Amino acid sequence: MNSPGTAVVVRDLEKRFGDFVAVNRVSFEVKRGEIFGFLGPNGAGKSTTIRMLCGILIPSGGAGTVAGLDILTRQEEIKANIGYMSQKFSLYEDLTVEENIDFYSGIYRIPAEKKQARKEWVLQMAGLKEHLHSRTGTLSGGWKQRLSLGCAILHEPPVIFLDEPTSGVDPISRRQFWDLIYELAGKGVTVFVTTHYMDEAEYCDRIALIYRGELIAMGAPADLKTEKLREDSIAPSMEDLFVSLIEAHDRDARPQEEVRR
Amino acid sequence: MLVKEFIHIFRDPKMKAVIFLVPVIQSMIFGYAVTTDVKHVATAVFDLDNSQASRELVARFVRSGYFDVVARVQNEGQVRVLLDRGRARAVLRFNQGFEREMLAGRTARLQVLLDGADSNSAGIVLEYSARIAAEFSRTVLIERSARLAGAFRPPGGVDLQARAWFNENLESRNFYVPGVIAILVMLITLMLTSMAVVREKEVGTMEQILVTPITPGEFIAGKTLPFALIGFVDVIVITAIAVFWFEVPIRGNLLLLFLATALYLMTTLGIGLFISTISQTQQQAMMSTFFFYMPAILLSGFIFPIANMPESIQWLTYLNPLRYFLIVIRGIFLKGIGISVLWPQLLALAVMGLLTLRAAAGRFHKTMA
Repeated sequence: MNSPGTAVVVRDLEKRFGDFVAVNRVSFEVKRGEIFGFLGPNGAGKSTTIRMLCGILIPSGGAGTVAGLDILTRQEEIKANIGYMSQKFSLYEDLTVEENIDFYSGIYRIPAEKKQARKEWVLQMAGLKEHLHSRTGTLSGGWKQRLSLGCAILHEPPVIFLDEPTSGVDPISRRQFWDLIYELAGKGVTVFVTTHYMDEAEYCDRIALIYRGELIAMGAPADLKTEKLREDSIAPSMEDLFVSLIEAHDRDARPQEEVRR
Repeated sequence: MLVKEFIHIFRDPKMKAVIFLVPVIQSMIFGYAVTTDVKHVATAVFDLDNSQASRELVARFVRSGYFDVVARVQNEGQVRVLLDRGRARAVLRFNQGFEREMLAGRTARLQVLLDGADSNSAGIVLEYSARIAAEFSRTVLIERSARLAGAFRPPGGVDLQARAWFNENLESRNFYVPGVIAILVMLITLMLTSMAVVREKEVGTMEQILVTPITPGEFIAGKTLPFALIGFVDVIVITAIAVFWFEVPIRGNLLLLFLATALYLMTTLGIGLFISTISQTQQQAMMSTFFFYMPAILLSGFIFPIANMPESIQWLTYLNPLRYFLIVIRGIFLKGIGISVLWPQLLALAVMGLLTLRAAAGRFHKTMA
């Protein structure tokens, strides 16, 4: 299960909350250095899956590894090897930019001699050099988002998980954010990103569609489009693909319901 | 983590005020207000005799310092009105013939009417009145015997010489001010810690903290040490006010007081953190804090002596860290007793502190799962 070329491996991963099955036997692999997009409507199970991979939710069933570490037994080691950024900005708004960075370098145990260099790097990356002493709460959404990402990858993790990182951010900032993601992937970092912006899905190397807790399609965006949307082939958009896949899934599920009636 | 919590607190000027100014103001107010000494009781005199003897007795009441004559009334109706409206809390009533009865060698009657709504104060006033009246009749007796028999010496009676140890003047302030230290510090540390974790949950930073390799121990330490330090500073500030402003004697060892404070803070911080881990919002944390805080004060012996409570409730007070700390802090301030006497309380605080902190750490781990 731990071939050196894979960053994330998941087999039959399952999470139940009481009777509700949030994630239903999902399996996939993410290669090292890949940008893997995890798509689906709200409540489809994207965040639940990510949380299981990050070690903050215990799976109800199945198995998996992240950076070669078992998600069932070695969550704490995983946490030292991943970066995680969620849809909510995870910064302390009453702290300054610098204090936020210092705080996260503290909890990620960045060695003292590297601290300054990493801080410089984050400021450079997020374009926040002039705002070092500004309170984070006063920054605009795009800046907060880049600072969040910077703080999440201070410890240079090989795998990063981004849970709807661009929700509520203007298009230009989203664009800049994706430039950052490409830069990271170029350095060999594996990026696992969830989104419900269809245009963002196009930027990914490979995408997986999750709907009602089930994985309904997976592959490179272009391949998926040619494969699933042969009929209406004039400039197919991601959105068309998404809608048709979900409709197809519902069609498959419906006959059984009718039989029951 | 540590540095961050300090920044959180000090960045907010309102927070700073809450932490340092409020204890100062509250201990000042409580120092003056929280007293059960009854002084300057508003008293009305209803003197139908208006004789030398009755006036002499009224003068004795006034001289005692416990009674202030606020009105002189002429009839029953006025007595009622004064007591109803609360303008007088005691009425001294002399019937006609008070002096005559006395001179005739019979028992003269003085009636004291009290506003018994506040039963505690009324009881105390009653006791004062009885004492003054008894003294009066004794001097009258001595004078009379002297007049009758010249060199006659009155028979020796029993003279009760009560001395209150540890608090010679029975100043209730000396008893309550050390207690105020305990309850104020409890309030502040409880509030700060119970908010600390919940705030992170509300803002959403908790999730981020959970995906970092921070250990529960580090997290708990980061969330308690700053508040422990603040608690200490508050104890020192209020102790200084108590000693230098209110002149409450401090007879015991200050180091022992600090040791006890450290143990006590462990329990309040542990409880605060525990509340924090079971609450989802700051409002919930606030409610839970008060749900704990009110009974903790009422069942601590701060106001109502534990010995007077029903036995089942007395057992309940053994779970209350405030109970132990009050004994310790009052013991150190007033009695000057040391560890050889106070060790059971210190031990109880230490055990409770460790248990609550452990419980909080345990709860914290579960929320990660």
